[in-house]
Amino acid sequence: MIREKVAQAPASDVASTLLALRGVGKVFSNGVTALSDVNLTIREGDFLSLLGPSGCGKSTALRLIAGLSTPTSGVLDWRGGGALDRSNIGFVFQEPTLLPWASVFDNVWLPLRLKGISRAKAAPAVTEMLARVHLTGFEDAVPRELSGGMKMRVSIARAMVTKPRVLLMDEPFAALDEITRFKLNNDLLELWQDERFTVVFVTHSVFESVFLSNRVVVMAARPGRVFDELAIEASYPRDGAFRTSPDYAALCRQASDVLVQAINSTAGAHHDGH
Amino acid sequence: MTAIDERVLELDPEEARRVRQERFERIGRWMLPLAIMILAIWLWDRICVWNAIPQYILPRPGVVLWTLYNDAGLLFSSLLVTLRITFLSLALAVIGGVGLAVLFAQSKWVEMSFFPFAIVLQVTPIVAIFPLINIYVNDQTTKLLLCAWIVAFFPILSNTTLGLNSVDRNLRDMFKLNGATRWQQLRYLRLPAAMPYFLGGLKIAGGLSLIGAVVAEFVAGTTGQSSGLASRIIEAGYRLNAPRLFAALFLISLTGILIFLVLSLISHLILRRWHESALKQER
Repeated sequence: MIREKVAQAPASDVASTLLALRGVGKVFSNGVTALSDVNLTIREGDFLSLLGPSGCGKSTALRLIAGLSTPTSGVLDWRGGGALDRSNIGFVFQEPTLLPWASVFDNVWLPLRLKGISRAKAAPAVTEMLARVHLTGFEDAVPRELSGGMKMRVSIARAMVTKPRVLLMDEPFAALDEITRFKLNNDLLELWQDERFTVVFVTHSVFESVFLSNRVVVMAARPGRVFDELAIEASYPRDGAFRTSPDYAALCRQASDVLVQAINSTAGAHHDGH
Repeated sequence: MTAIDERVLELDPEEARRVRQERFERIGRWMLPLAIMILAIWLWDRICVWNAIPQYILPRPGVVLWTLYNDAGLLFSSLLVTLRITFLSLALAVIGGVGLAVLFAQSKWVEMSFFPFAIVLQVTPIVAIFPLINIYVNDQTTKLLLCAWIVAFFPILSNTTLGLNSVDRNLRDMFKLNGATRWQQLRYLRLPAAMPYFLGGLKIAGGLSLIGAVVAEFVAGTTGQSSGLASRIIEAGYRLNAPRLFAALFLISLTGILIFLVLSLISHLILRRWHESALKQER
């Protein structure tokens, strides 16, 4: 494995370790090795992207971090107060995953409702969160009345309404058109800079991962593993100007090269294996 | 060129054709069945007249209507008896069906253990079980209720079970992540998700509970003091009182149609905002 470009945190946000994955592996009952010997340190305040081809186990890694699945081998070491409470984790799925019968307000209220917080008591938090994702005025709409991008905003608001320390996102914008995706990228970054939570963002888009993250972890498939890591040392806030800057293009090329190597390494391993 | 063509002059031929077709379909949906119905009734009347068929074999439609009016007191008191059994058994089917489905949903083991028995109960013809019920149950109303219930509860049980089990995987994970209790998951996720399925089952069960009530009364015979519409039909059959037989039959059909329409309306009102089945096509 190539390990020359080990990432440094941008000087501005040197932060403490939040979670360390040590030798984490996952083998499914059907014999597929989804993850093998993953070592990864996630720091407080990171915007970390897991970038890789399909089948590299990036979604599996996210589910392990969320506690939706347990590793076959290795440990997930939560620092800063032992195991993190699940209420400290927000999860955004690939699809908006909203309750189709419930209004936008009720969908965002749900995580608080499940903690026994009444509608009235939750209202300020829900209203504020809806404002943060630019959905004020849509409280009473039901999901089918919203566009794909708006549904995803509701989904983000729902994940953030409990003020989690970690936001896990599983290819959240993959199904959206490019214009909507750019807009949501910007809004997500804005939210992240204001609140300073930690994000682990799974994507298969080089451009998206470079635009958003301070760290890009490139993964390879068969077996799913960490291939390499890149530090994206461009300063925040990043906006439309960054998207068209030569710096961004260079970083994208760099990430893209690593991704190609990761894919080729799989093809090689695959070939060797037979 | 007709007037319709003028109205849609700006539209291209394809769109114009679509507008015309939609218009015809809107009218046709009501007019065609109505026209066929009227034609059939007229034909029925004519056949009676042309062949000089005696009233005790096939009464003319007018006579049936007249009997409906003349025997209204008798028929409607019988209708109430049948309705009472129908609605009570439907209510019990809802309670039993949903209750069992929720129980099944609590554990795969419970479902695996007991679902086959529900199927056995469903596939055995009620007419064949009735003699047993007749032996074990004394009260006439209870007998009829039990029969109608056995017929009606299965679609509710089977549909609601299906609904409770077809919750989106990610939504389930989302509830898990937020530390939802079993009860919260049932209350806020699985029951609402099962609603369209349950309502589908309810529509079937509504018709079946009426059938169950009538069939039960048929096999129970007219001996009891309860005299629902089925008893009236048997009685009228013995007396060769065909007009009353037809009138009672008409009332049963009408009841069935009304039950279906009411349940469809309820279903539409509950689902109209969110479920695909209740949405108007937009494209």
